[in-house]
Amino acid sequence: MSNFNSDIISPENLVYKKPSTLTDTPLHYCPGCGHGTVHKLLMEVIEEMGIQNDTIGVAPVGCSVFAYHYMDVDMQEAAHGRACAVATGIKRCFPERYVFTYQGDGDLAAIGTAETIHAANRGENILTIFINNGIYGMTSGQMAPTTLEGMVTTTSPHGRNVKEQGYPLKISDLIAPLPGVAYVTRQSVHKPANVRKLKKAIKQGLEYQKKGLGYCMIEVVSNCPSNLKISALEANKFVENEMLPFYPLGDIKVPEVK
Amino acid sequence: MGEIKLMKGNEALAEAMIREGCDAYFGYPITPQSEVLEYLSIDAHKRTGMVVLQSESEVSAINMVYGAAAAGKRVMTTSSSPGMSLMQEGISYIASAELPCVLANVMRGGPGLGTIQPSQGDYFQSVKGGGHGDYHMIVLAPSSVQEMVNYVGLGFELAEKYRTPVMLLADGAIGQMMEKVELPDQKPRKTVFPDWATTGKIAGKPRRYITSLNIKPEEMEKINHILQNKYAEITKNEVRYVTKNIEDAEYIFTGFGLGARICTKAMEIAREKGYKVGMIRPQTVWPFPTEIYNKTSKNLKGILCVEMNAGQMVEDVKLSVNGQCPVEFYGRTGGMLPSPDEIIEKFEECFIKGGK
Repeated sequence: MSNFNSDIISPENLVYKKPSTLTDTPLHYCPGCGHGTVHKLLMEVIEEMGIQNDTIGVAPVGCSVFAYHYMDVDMQEAAHGRACAVATGIKRCFPERYVFTYQGDGDLAAIGTAETIHAANRGENILTIFINNGIYGMTSGQMAPTTLEGMVTTTSPHGRNVKEQGYPLKISDLIAPLPGVAYVTRQSVHKPANVRKLKKAIKQGLEYQKKGLGYCMIEVVSNCPSNLKISALEANKFVENEMLPFYPLGDIKVPEVK
Repeated sequence: MGEIKLMKGNEALAEAMIREGCDAYFGYPITPQSEVLEYLSIDAHKRTGMVVLQSESEVSAINMVYGAAAAGKRVMTTSSSPGMSLMQEGISYIASAELPCVLANVMRGGPGLGTIQPSQGDYFQSVKGGGHGDYHMIVLAPSSVQEMVNYVGLGFELAEKYRTPVMLLADGAIGQMMEKVELPDQKPRKTVFPDWATTGKIAGKPRRYITSLNIKPEEMEKINHILQNKYAEITKNEVRYVTKNIEDAEYIFTGFGLGARICTKAMEIAREKGYKVGMIRPQTVWPFPTEIYNKTSKNLKGILCVEMNAGQMVEDVKLSVNGQCPVEFYGRTGGMLPSPDEIIEKFEECFIKGGK
């Protein structure tokens, strides 16, 4: 498979290839899912910064549980929600390494809320990539902490009733005021322009980590066509029309420039 | 001969950790073991460069241990019973991912919030696998402050040899009491890490990843076989126990940790009264010293197992004895300690007056 492109495309005509920091293992993600794009961007940045051998990643429990099969860097698989604690253990022992966690909304904003907030509050020099698609993907579409009001999931079949089931949690806004937090931004991958912005943000986050500025979180508002039971295109429209009004894009906190 | 000091159990444990070249300690305060984190917070980092971090919970502490251990570092955490319950999830992951680390449980009375007084109520949790899935960890049971110190070094040695978590199963009394201890010399911290450790990819070599996940059942069964083979190997090589006066013994008192220490006094009283009583004390409660019980019990009139719980290790004693002699139990719970006189009374009631 890997020679397929080089057989038919001469080097001068090659306009796109996957980064060398992604393995050849085919992604298991559903068609249209944002995970593949975010994986690629993160690995592209690591390739471009030349830090493949200086990076240790932590995978979560959720759809991206197999991230370590795709990302060609040393990685650890954490228990559900514990990625920021695991990353703390690594970073404290290897402060010169780049350490990132890659987590979904259930992992980070429900079962792992304590680990996330306290890692942020200690100002751990790690980068968290936080995929917010408003639903539990791996377990087939249950309500997430970030599920929108009125949104139908398998455990909110009549729509999320906030009086009974609580309100969607804006974890990025919650941690931004903490002094240990250096950088919080909310991006998306539902349009090419947003993909480019996300890549810049990832690079920014890792550069802040190099400077030792503190905890960085990049929230990526993403989609879940399979569990919303809509097409990939419809899922991206859902992001645009339903998710973004509640989770507006842009920087929430940036380090002060001196 | 190493430096001799008078030290509290918890502080001696912390001092041993520093001297054994521990790279990192993550912990959360809980009585009766908070002195470990307090002691390390004073100057451990200054002395050896080791990381000392107070976590937001025991759940977090054990996962910090996972991260550091998976990166090849020599790492420890300590807690007491309720906190150790919170760590069980992490311990299961650590056992499955085969990560070396040393844990200490300075047990207190339970169940629930219980009491802060000493207990041995977490024997089942520690030796039978308190978390989910089929796993074991090596469990060392110190019965003195000296053994608290010795088992830190031994613990790291075994943890690294077998890539497994090792637990020191102590209790609040051993954690709090002061005794004379001989401390090990300062060892250097590790500078070379195992091949499997995720320290950052090495150019030209495949990436390393640490996981306990294997979604294909036939693959996961293979992992289980690897673990079980390792446990068989540990059981063959690492059983540790001490005996006293078993040569002419008609009866055996047995127990672990502080329970065994109280039995020693009871045995002396029994000998003075003319009863031929000996003692067996397991130093590893997993792997359990099955053979010595089995061999000894053939010539015995009875065994009395004494624990600071409602009867936990006694089940393993009975399995080992396999009906060759009667096995009776005496225990106190909720933070109460058995006294030597109570033990004698129970012994006479079971084996002398009752004529069993």
